[in-house]
Amino acid sequence: MKARFRPGDSVTVRSAYSLGHVRTPHYIKGKRGIIERVCGEFANPEELAYGRRGLPKRPLYRVRFEQEQVWPDYIGPPSDTVDIELYEHWLEPDTKKD
Amino acid sequence: MRRHHDMGGEAAGPVNRSEHEYAFWEKRVDALLVLLAKKKLVRVDELRRGIEQIGPDVYDKMGYYDRWITSITNNLLEKGIITSEELGRRMAEVEARHGKEDE
Repeated sequence: MKARFRPGDSVTVRSAYSLGHVRTPHYIKGKRGIIERVCGEFANPEELAYGRRGLPKRPLYRVRFEQEQVWPDYIGPPSDTVDIELYEHWLEPDTKKD
Repeated sequence: MRRHHDMGGEAAGPVNRSEHEYAFWEKRVDALLVLLAKKKLVRVDELRRGIEQIGPDVYDKMGYYDRWITSITNNLLEKGIITSEELGRRMAEVEARHGKEDE
């Protein structure tokens, strides 16, 4: 599967509720971040968790978020960020413009 | 909606930073998973899924390796590698050998 996003692209994490096993933490759903790097392609853990092969492999990204955007009561410096590795099917292109 | 295990960012109180030794049974559980993974019988994703399926009340009462062995057991039952009957008989044997308080 060809990676849809490139470093620097702005993305929003889908806020879908998900039964089963997912690697997207709840606290980051609906948040906007920037693609930091493409990590490669990996078998889908959501399928591997049920004994299946998880193919085709899915692109995985390291996505960078501003801590102030993630936590409403964040008290650290505004330059603080958090990087989270997320699969492509959890990301949507960000259409909002600042 | 947040699932119980997905607790990143929730209030959790102070962090206990003290070091502790692992009990012998905990080391055995760890070794068991290494063997099962090597033999491609249980993947780490399946282990995680099994842990996430533990009910919230029980999840909170269990320790780290209690959750592991619960998930490993359920995965092996699902795959038909062990049966409930075998497991029950074996647990009774071990209990009789060591007494209830041991292991």
